[in-house]
Amino acid sequence: MNTPDSRAHSPADLVAAEDVLLFVNAAITATGQREFRSRAVDQQLSLDFLHTYVRVNYRRVYAASLALDINHHNAALIVRRLLETAGEASPEERRTEGRLIAARLAALPPQRVYRLFGELRRAKVNNRRTRAIMRDWLAARPDLGHDAVKYRAGLKTAARHIHLPCPEGGGPLAEVGAFLFRPGRLRRYEHGTLDAWRRAHYEQGALAELPFTVAEGFAAQHGMKREVFLKRAAPRMTRLERLRTREQRVMGERRPDADLTVMPLTRLALYVLSLGFEQRAERRAELTGALRAAARRAAGAHAGSWGRVHAVLDDSFSSSGSGQKRRRPLAVALACHHLLEVLAAPGAYRGSWTSGARDALLVRPWGPTPLGMRILDALEPGADGAAPDRLVIVSDGWDNAPSGLAGEVLRVWRRRLDPARRTAVVHVNPVYDAEGFDVRRLAAEAATAGIRDAEDLPALVEIARFAEGRSGPAELYAYLDRQVARFSGAGAAS
Amino acid sequence: MNRLELTGLTAGPAQVWGGVRLVPLVRRAPVEGLRLHREVYEGLGAGIVELGPRERYLSYIPHGLVADWSGEEDGRGAGRQSAAYGTQFGGGDVPRTVPLPPVPHHRMAKRRPGDRLRFLPLHLALEGYLALHFGGPSTAWEEWSRTALRDGLTPRAEDAYLGRSVRGLADALRIFEIHPGQCGVMVYVSDALAAAFVVAHPDDYRVLHASLVEDLYGELVHQYALYGAPVAAPVVRIGGAEHIRDLGALRSAARAQERAWAEAHDTLFARELLDTSYAFERVYRMKSFTLWRFLPPFVRDGGGQHIGETITDHKGQVAYLKTFRLSDAQIRRGHLLRTVAGADWELDRAAAALGSSREELVRRMRAAGFSALLRSSL
Repeated sequence: MNTPDSRAHSPADLVAAEDVLLFVNAAITATGQREFRSRAVDQQLSLDFLHTYVRVNYRRVYAASLALDINHHNAALIVRRLLETAGEASPEERRTEGRLIAARLAALPPQRVYRLFGELRRAKVNNRRTRAIMRDWLAARPDLGHDAVKYRAGLKTAARHIHLPCPEGGGPLAEVGAFLFRPGRLRRYEHGTLDAWRRAHYEQGALAELPFTVAEGFAAQHGMKREVFLKRAAPRMTRLERLRTREQRVMGERRPDADLTVMPLTRLALYVLSLGFEQRAERRAELTGALRAAARRAAGAHAGSWGRVHAVLDDSFSSSGSGQKRRRPLAVALACHHLLEVLAAPGAYRGSWTSGARDALLVRPWGPTPLGMRILDALEPGADGAAPDRLVIVSDGWDNAPSGLAGEVLRVWRRRLDPARRTAVVHVNPVYDAEGFDVRRLAAEAATAGIRDAEDLPALVEIARFAEGRSGPAELYAYLDRQVARFSGAGAAS
Repeated sequence: MNRLELTGLTAGPAQVWGGVRLVPLVRRAPVEGLRLHREVYEGLGAGIVELGPRERYLSYIPHGLVADWSGEEDGRGAGRQSAAYGTQFGGGDVPRTVPLPPVPHHRMAKRRPGDRLRFLPLHLALEGYLALHFGGPSTAWEEWSRTALRDGLTPRAEDAYLGRSVRGLADALRIFEIHPGQCGVMVYVSDALAAAFVVAHPDDYRVLHASLVEDLYGELVHQYALYGAPVAAPVVRIGGAEHIRDLGALRSAARAQERAWAEAHDTLFARELLDTSYAFERVYRMKSFTLWRFLPPFVRDGGGQHIGETITDHKGQVAYLKTFRLSDAQIRRGHLLRTVAGADWELDRAAAALGSSREELVRRMRAAGFSALLRSSL
């Protein structure tokens, strides 16, 4: 990486490090979707600028961010931009990029990758390297027959784009080729899913063998009742499909089989918030148990290692997100609440919601954001009379009752009451601010990091360390190098 | 009664979006015994109001408000329907759809069955302004045209802008975070007071909050929003940090900042609304509540002048308030009419009262759009 050897940081290095953190924050939070305060088009324009800026000025950092916990939207965007501008990279850079791209594609959900391939085709990016990357990814797919049914258009586009050889005759690839490019010719397929797709046109029984999303369309054609269909399709659903259809599959008193405890933490929080108050109160034990289990899993080795943790969680009206990201900020706050409880030493966690809510399970996005007062509450000593070791603020950075009080409180408190930095302050922000090209900050005294999934909190706190300015650019680049080595190593091994 | 009393209402911290600043007004306890409901009318806001047997009035009417003062005085329930219209949960007898009364509406304020009164928000106020000195000259001075003598001031028309066309207002209202107990809001555009809106109960406010975008706003507000730059968010600054030694001191400094804002708002921002003396006219009386419309003094001191309507309780405390900011041209017209009427429609005396010559007064009358009142030979 562009690591300078001298310990003294030149202004250019500091600017570079700031730009890197800015981009990482954006790549974690922004999805190009509508947010509470900005439109989708603002988000996309802003993100587009940022991607171009970082790609042109810090190409190696741009590629290296694939190794961080950035969201899928930005990962796909980075891969696309890197492949589009391959000519700007040196051969050595291209090799590193290739490894990173392969590792990232392996980690992306297949529908994202197929969409990315479609975008590459539309952008007419078809160099040898792109073809090789796509071919390798397709070769690593466990079952192309399944993909041919579930992501039919995507696979067809990709196969066309890279001239995937699908010879006539025997072999699974031949059948996929026949399925995609010469439909209706073969009387029957050897491949189970392909044949089920053929039979599903006239036989309801074959639906149970198809992927859920494909079967849904056939069920509508056959005029099947939704409950009957869901009951039969349940064994073939993915984890998230099960969670999504869970409420529709409730039959009287009997709860369906979906095991809440295996769901990822933030998804689970979103699910909990989608339920009404009565349901949440009724199923308190089940939901709280599931949230705690997910939090324990997410915390992993970090559990209990954070000491006394106090948190300020934003449940103001703006945490309702937007139509596209419904209740996302609130879900992140709820997930963080449970995660922090696990991360803190036993019994040393205290969370306060901005609305003053006491019951975390029954939160709702409501009212203004008196963040300053809540931070003061959180800074009060805990039950054992000691100041907290960490103060975590989960908020979108808008502080409006009155605005700017949170920053002032943090400033005065840091200057006057805690100059020795006994308490570490971290602000995690789930909302990308399109106008500022970054997540909004509360104060210079608090390190701010973007967050998308609460599960990433331990990793983000590490990045936030750099934002605070106490660790310099050299450490930041070393950290990035470590991440790249870990990620491409893990990608190569798998 | 000649002032607006906003006692019981505290200004909360402002929220700023672009050029629009919204200041919430919070009540500690709702005003007992009065609830407001909203009625939506068909025809996308085009409505005819019958003022009398032969007088009609055509205007934009998005909705009407129904004041329900059937609540018990002991404070148990405010209004028979304890939730605002459209938010009630209910048994089978609760109407599921909003009744659409046939147009035209009869009268501005009309009694409904039970202890309910329907009125059209802002129209009371606007009508009061438009019909200023409607009667025309009482003495037949020769300068006045035949039409002026026969019909008086022919119905005037004023332009107003829909809230949707005030740039940034719709967004500001959408992202505004309503405070608990909030019963009103002051809308500032480019830091000029554009409108004030107060209701009696927080639940009503929550329902009516979005209706602000359907209200009428003056020409000035529209221009300020279109050409004005984004206003600065209020900056909180905790001074005297060197005296803060513990969390308690920091907390009281933070509280002081909150209080400072409320005081600054009342004395600095809302001064023009609260310190002006108005001419109140009683429209309707219901138990201890009175519905008024008010007109400003039309003095030209450079400050904003507001017309509006209000419901006050027996102590003069405002339970409902809606205002409309007049533009400079509108204030000028009001001032001219008032002066001329004050001089019994005699041009020489009116000119003397204005401190100008007769020719100058005629010129001003014509410039203000009152040429139909004067004889063409003048």
